[in-house]
Amino acid sequence: MVNQQVHIGEPKATLSMHPKKFALWLFIVSIVMLFAALTSAFIVKQADGNWLSFKLPGIFLLNTIVIAMSSLTMHLAYSAAKKDLLQRVKWMLLITVSLGILFLIGQYISWSELINENVYFVSNYASGSFIYIFTGLHGLHLISGLIFLLITFISSLRLKIHAKNLLQIEMCMTYWHFLGGLWVYLYVFLLFNL
Amino acid sequence: MASTVVDEHIDHAVEDHAHEHHDNFITKYIFSTDHKTIAKQYLISGIFWALIGGFLSLVFRLQLGFPNAQLEWLRPLMGKWITTTGKLDPEFYLALVTMHGTIMVFFVLTAGLSGTFSNFLIPLQIGARDMASGFMNMLSYWFFFVSSVVMFISLFIETGPASGGWVIYPPLSALPQAMSGSGLGMTMWLIAMALFIVSTLLGGINYITTIINLRTIGMSFLKLPLTIWSFFLTAIIGLLSFPVLFGAALLLIFDRSFGTSFYLSDIYIGGEALPNMGGSPILFQHLFWFLGHPEVYIVLLPALGITSEIIATNSRKPIFGYKAMIISMLGITVLSFVVWAHHMFVSGMNPFLGSIFMLLTLIIAVPSAVKVFNYLTTLWKGNIIFTPAMLFSIGLVSFFISGGLTGLFVGNSAIDIQLHDTYFIVAHFHLVMGSAAFFGMMAGVYHWFPKMFGRMMDSKLGYIHFWISFVGIYMVFFPMHYIGIAGFPRRYYSFTNFDAFSTFVDLNAFVSIAAIITFAAQLIFLFNFFYSIFKGKKAPLNPWHSNTLEWTTPRLPGHGNWPGELPTVHRWPYDYSKPGAKEDFIPQTVPLSETPESNLQHEAKIVAELKSKVKS
Repeated sequence: MVNQQVHIGEPKATLSMHPKKFALWLFIVSIVMLFAALTSAFIVKQADGNWLSFKLPGIFLLNTIVIAMSSLTMHLAYSAAKKDLLQRVKWMLLITVSLGILFLIGQYISWSELINENVYFVSNYASGSFIYIFTGLHGLHLISGLIFLLITFISSLRLKIHAKNLLQIEMCMTYWHFLGGLWVYLYVFLLFNL
Repeated sequence: MASTVVDEHIDHAVEDHAHEHHDNFITKYIFSTDHKTIAKQYLISGIFWALIGGFLSLVFRLQLGFPNAQLEWLRPLMGKWITTTGKLDPEFYLALVTMHGTIMVFFVLTAGLSGTFSNFLIPLQIGARDMASGFMNMLSYWFFFVSSVVMFISLFIETGPASGGWVIYPPLSALPQAMSGSGLGMTMWLIAMALFIVSTLLGGINYITTIINLRTIGMSFLKLPLTIWSFFLTAIIGLLSFPVLFGAALLLIFDRSFGTSFYLSDIYIGGEALPNMGGSPILFQHLFWFLGHPEVYIVLLPALGITSEIIATNSRKPIFGYKAMIISMLGITVLSFVVWAHHMFVSGMNPFLGSIFMLLTLIIAVPSAVKVFNYLTTLWKGNIIFTPAMLFSIGLVSFFISGGLTGLFVGNSAIDIQLHDTYFIVAHFHLVMGSAAFFGMMAGVYHWFPKMFGRMMDSKLGYIHFWISFVGIYMVFFPMHYIGIAGFPRRYYSFTNFDAFSTFVDLNAFVSIAAIITFAAQLIFLFNFFYSIFKGKKAPLNPWHSNTLEWTTPRLPGHGNWPGELPTVHRWPYDYSKPGAKEDFIPQTVPLSETPESNLQHEAKIVAELKSKVKS
């Protein structure tokens, strides 16, 4: 009997976190690599010459504020869920979704601002094309984030998000914060490098 | 401690019950979420692609070995790609070379190798019921399948498949008017690769998550078999490098179809200037090789992991330098990301930069050599059992040495000026990466076939397959070193117009004949494989007397792998021929307290400590 207990006591359980959360982080890593590749391509291309410098659309700053606010409301939704304030979770998620959509509209407007400045996607100056690629690809990822947010919002309507069931809203928050951070990175990158 | 274990037993019992659902044919064999079925799907798809990729190489070897031969007899298969004079169409020759490379590198040695063995072995060897997400895993295979379909169809379209080389350098690949293969064929290539990248990322995320989070009780990182370590690092490399290829391909797609100028500049076609200005084709090379070089290790590392496992098992000795093996693989993983520009020494890069990349490249020789020495020292004075899997593993080590040595030449930026884009390069990477990874895959199939299908493959046919392949591959690629040093460029349709190369006509014919024989030997494997699935001898539970967890499952493990509770791990996987032990292997599930006769000093101490703890 003593012997048998030794068998049980000897090996330790392995360190682990929730697989789905972990997979989300890995997905984020792959997105980071995609944008790292594109921004380094931007720098390599810039060193190559034939470069057009232009003013960034002014609305970018506004959009940055909007996306930062949405991160804030996302966080408020999460802390409300932790405290079981279910009504507030719904509202905060809804505001986050609206701010996300507002951001996308703002990014779209930035494209027409660019066109007014004669910066086109199809041109012989890669600097212009890159801006469209950055905003466009980021926008696509943001749409995926919005879909995730909407799914989370629907779960909150069904009262499935509360202090004892935080996985979904935690993952949603991680992804949304990442998308916001990614935009801030792109914006600061362009501010310094264009 | 004991009480938590009891809780888990109950959990598992509930889980087992959940697994007892009945599958119909479609959920069991087609849209399966079981990692073992998905692994088999990958394996069969990989074999299918290997046959196509191999066949394409035979066609262009015919052209190279026998430039005057009549190829009229190929017309039923190749149609208008055989010209009216009975020759191979020169543009289609380029398509053949391109597709051979693409298929072998991505569809066979990435999807076929990692897809098969990561899927099959990760849950079985770490003691998990399945992958972290079975659904994502299934999705990964079906993305690969759709990608395969697109790539396969591109072989048959009128303008031919992509023909700009597997590296698809622009401007050749970016301009449909450059060659017929850069039209629809190239578009399909890009679509297929985009799908392929999605598939690889889905798979890789799953592998990493599973290895980190779903290890069974006791399976610490330093008790993992080296196979799992290699799959783990391979998946990390893929996760970090494939998105970069995606970025490169995305910009190429915009250049091709939307008129941007990321890669295009100052191009005249037929005397007419293109509007594109200011692009940089070198930019593409940087982005491509940032994936392209790590890709080499994505192909090779799983093969090395499989080999470590098989060599240790069949030498009946612990692997020599277990931690050194892990550190070497870590070193290779890190270094693989900082050497990409050695593919671009002659692209006009700054020679100083070249010397930095040369230094980093040559440093890779260190971990690679550590691995080779560890294989050899594991074999040294072992009770070697020459199973077919073991022979293929030893063959891998041989190829890794002979191909790796030439890496010292081509990694040198000065010598590379002479050797760049010659057959020397072809010989180098076909030995060190192509053949070595292929042998690793074959070794894996022979070794784990009993676990996959519950039956044994015929070992006599395995020996014949090995010897013809081994000798054949050396006969194919060794002469290419000489041809390359003489200055033969790769991807050339014909050499008959150059007097300097006429002395090599016989050698080229020899290579082609050897290639045909080597390919024919693979048909032996094919027969053995499919025959054994249905008619092979039934396999015992642990045919190779191996220590790892997969051999503690039933002969044909069901969904969930272990019928009862999950096994618990008490020791590392390489306790072979431990002095004092009753048998020459001690499975990972045997506790130290059951083997007092063979415990080493520190192990005996652990047991004593635990016993005193229990008593108090």
